[in-house]
Amino acid sequence: MNNHKEGVREIAVYIHLPFCVRKCLYCDFISGCYSEEIQNSYVNKLLQEIDWFFAERKKKKSENIRISTIFFGGGTPSILPTNEINRILCKLKDNCELSSNAEISIEVNPGTVKLSDAGEENKFESYRRMGINRISIGMQSASDDELKTLGRIHTAEEFDETYRMAMKAGFDVINVDVMYALPGQNYASFEKSLRKVAALDPKPKHISAYSLIVEEGTPFYDTDFHALGKDLPDEDEERRMYEGAADILAEYGYEQYEISNYSLPGYECKHNCAYWTGKEYVGFGIAAASLIDDMRFTNTKSMEEYLNAPDYESLLTLQTDVEQLSETDLMSEFVILGLRMNRGVKDSEFFERFQLHLWEAYGGIIETHVGNGLLYRAEDGSISLTGEGRNLSNYVMKDFL
Amino acid sequence: MSNTDQSKIRNFCIVAHIDHGKSTLADRIIEKTGLLTSREMQAQVLDNMDLERERGITIKSQAVRTIYKAKNGEEYIFNLIDTPGHVDFNYEVSRSLAACDGAILVVDAAQGIEAQTLANVYLALDHDLDVFPVINKIDLPSAEPERVIEEIEDVIGIEAQGCPLISAKNGIGIDEVLEAIVEKIPAPKGDSEAPLKALIFDSLYDSYKGVIVFMRLMEGTIKKGTKVLMMATKATAEVVEVGYFGAGQFIPCEELSAGMVGYFTASIKNVRDTAVGDTVTDADNPCKEALPGYKKVQSMVYCGVYPADGAKYPDLRDALEKLQLNDASLNYEPETSIALGFGFRCGFLGLLHLEIVQERLEREYNLDLVTTAPGVIYKVHKTDGTVIDLTNPSNLPDPSEIDFMEEPVVSAEIMLTTEYIGSIMELCQERRGRYLGMEYMEETRALLKYELPLNEIIYDFFDALKSRSHGYASFDYDLKGYEQSELVKLDILVNHEEVDALSFIVHKDTAYERGRKMCEKLKEEIPRHLFEVPIQAAVGGKIIARETVKAYRKDVLAKCYGGDITRKKKLLEKQKEGKKRMRQVGNVEIPQEAFMSVLKLDEGK
Repeated sequence: MNNHKEGVREIAVYIHLPFCVRKCLYCDFISGCYSEEIQNSYVNKLLQEIDWFFAERKKKKSENIRISTIFFGGGTPSILPTNEINRILCKLKDNCELSSNAEISIEVNPGTVKLSDAGEENKFESYRRMGINRISIGMQSASDDELKTLGRIHTAEEFDETYRMAMKAGFDVINVDVMYALPGQNYASFEKSLRKVAALDPKPKHISAYSLIVEEGTPFYDTDFHALGKDLPDEDEERRMYEGAADILAEYGYEQYEISNYSLPGYECKHNCAYWTGKEYVGFGIAAASLIDDMRFTNTKSMEEYLNAPDYESLLTLQTDVEQLSETDLMSEFVILGLRMNRGVKDSEFFERFQLHLWEAYGGIIETHVGNGLLYRAEDGSISLTGEGRNLSNYVMKDFL
Repeated sequence: MSNTDQSKIRNFCIVAHIDHGKSTLADRIIEKTGLLTSREMQAQVLDNMDLERERGITIKSQAVRTIYKAKNGEEYIFNLIDTPGHVDFNYEVSRSLAACDGAILVVDAAQGIEAQTLANVYLALDHDLDVFPVINKIDLPSAEPERVIEEIEDVIGIEAQGCPLISAKNGIGIDEVLEAIVEKIPAPKGDSEAPLKALIFDSLYDSYKGVIVFMRLMEGTIKKGTKVLMMATKATAEVVEVGYFGAGQFIPCEELSAGMVGYFTASIKNVRDTAVGDTVTDADNPCKEALPGYKKVQSMVYCGVYPADGAKYPDLRDALEKLQLNDASLNYEPETSIALGFGFRCGFLGLLHLEIVQERLEREYNLDLVTTAPGVIYKVHKTDGTVIDLTNPSNLPDPSEIDFMEEPVVSAEIMLTTEYIGSIMELCQERRGRYLGMEYMEETRALLKYELPLNEIIYDFFDALKSRSHGYASFDYDLKGYEQSELVKLDILVNHEEVDALSFIVHKDTAYERGRKMCEKLKEEIPRHLFEVPIQAAVGGKIIARETVKAYRKDVLAKCYGGDITRKKKLLEKQKEGKKRMRQVGNVEIPQEAFMSVLKLDEGK
């Protein structure tokens, strides 16, 4: 029932491009190294999936879908020849309206953007031309030693070069990803990386700072975890980095707007904000998740299954984690995801969506965590996490389930 | 059946150390005498509780009657009474033995005599049973039947030359055993015309028939309509049915007379009226005196049993009521704990009995339980001259009101190979044992005798013994009595609040060590909170040990985009589920497992 302003259904679109030059040691995304043939078949399939999806929507009901944001994520989307990205964009535009101020982002990694198939100096020129307006660069660290530990394919210098190229191509809105709590890292080396990013000229509009999580199934976890474990900063050091990040970035004018995200005012990532504000989104490609008509589902994680699916019907049967969200589910997700953002959950927005006030739905829980000092409640009943609450967000969020 | 010739009856049992093959031999005897075809045989017919099969132990006494056609052409009635195989049930064992005229001693051809072999064979000899040995597992590569025969003769002093050498598992030598039963077990005696005198060796509650009383008739006759009197409990009833034991079924008959083993039912509602060891007589024509040896069964070990979900308290009460119908040695009374809410203080014969009851409650009644550390009954002599039996540490009077305390002590026999004497003596010493002596059974094996406080052996002594002797020590004990002892109550404080369910009684010399280990263990069990949680052990208000659970520093998911939401929700749900399994004490959440952690203090040694 949401997002239907003036009879238009706004959606965020995520395109998953699961290709890497080499898999990073900590990465638990669905991605891998594939041949050019497979990359090509994958894009073809993805175009087909887009057609299938919109055809199915049109069959079911008449509606006016408008895409407000597009995000090319991976993997390393910048591995693909730029014309493949362009084909996907065109396919989306063929099928539905694109908002005039749509945010279109692509993730790139240093070391994958130089070669251009279209004869330009680098891929950024093409991205620019096809309408992409936001670049997200995985820098991760300014220390080559740390980059090596992570299994990244680039050096700190290559990042600088990539950043300059993007700027030169006219990209105004750039995000830089940095990581902390890396093996062997200390507060000082993290601070150095962070300041290096914030002091870039011109400044990136957006910075994401993630704590390294050693996930099961990654090489970090499988083989090196115990060896690395000794080298990982302890919890206190890790929190010092986290809390330090907000302070350091504030010096440069960045505001924290989500647990791991910072931007100059007005440059929050619209696409990601859609996830955190309960907006509808559609993911294309393997392992991509969607939320539409209060239904959440995830595409198959198997490249083989995806490529071999003969029709939309079979793609649907391969979906996992299919969940029809009840009103209660929607409410709790609205709060849980909303709390990730520093602005928190506005009572007026909650009321508009659910015809209930926050305190009517969650009075006791709010009371408890305000008492714990983890939650802040404004005069108007809106809630947000306190600084300490951000450290312990799961502890608070679980109670809203 | 009344005119069955007594000389054609053999009432016997099998005694053995655990795992020496007692139940397997019983199965072979039943199979060979044709009561069941081998196809009908389920392994170990007599152990018919699931729990007994799984653990390979006998918990309840059982009896079975089979007919054997001997080589001399005569038919004999065999009544085989299977006795429980654990020290917790020593009294039941003694009553089952009293129902027999002879016993087969099964000894493992590789392992030889073990502690329970001795304990059980002495018990049998004490009851004047004729015992003949059988060497089992002779087909094992490590079998040394000659050595074991010598050992039996040297150590126990019974004739063993020429005894049956068998493999119960593979059916070798069973015929010999059957013939030996006829030859070596004496026929029962007793006057069928005398007033009724029968020994109750077990009973079972059946929801249709009421209590089914297992008995051995010493004198007289019993049939439908006999008005029976249980001489110790004074309960009376009119017999509805008498009969004998088929394999896993009750077979009614006209009457039972002196020398026979069988059952009767009389619409009795509770097994408490038909206590094991009591004498059944004819109310209208009673015998002069009851059979000797009756004891009121007393619980040795107590612990608090609480439903994990407080709302299940009535279910737990119903389940205990039902179990008690069948288990006179289980007793319980309601109690309340600040930490655990409403529950019961339950009394058991020993730790195995406790475990069995707990498992049956969880399995058969589908209950999730929290149990507190088991303790024994302490006698608290107060300054005003009164004595209280303390079963719940929380009820210990103020030290100023206590004159002195006593604790139960057992005399223990540990049989072991000589190389482990040092480490086992050390273990006994740690457990406040008093060395009584040592006998060499043969060059490599010895019998250690110790007096040990019961509270030092109830939790983990068996495990410690096993691990320190690499399985080469076996253990048996008898309650000796009460002795004065310097006992203190060890309290555990979590975030400065005393957790009643974690208190226990210890000797003052071990209080520090126990307190320290307990704090360490709880530190692992109690999750981090928003604040620092001190865990302290205290005796009489004085803190003797402390650990701290550090405050939560971080519990956050760095990334959460569209594809992460499902996973994130699952994670949060798991976290929430974990919280449900916690007990709130003050503002600290303690996981249920923590209340049992005191049981595992010796782990990892």
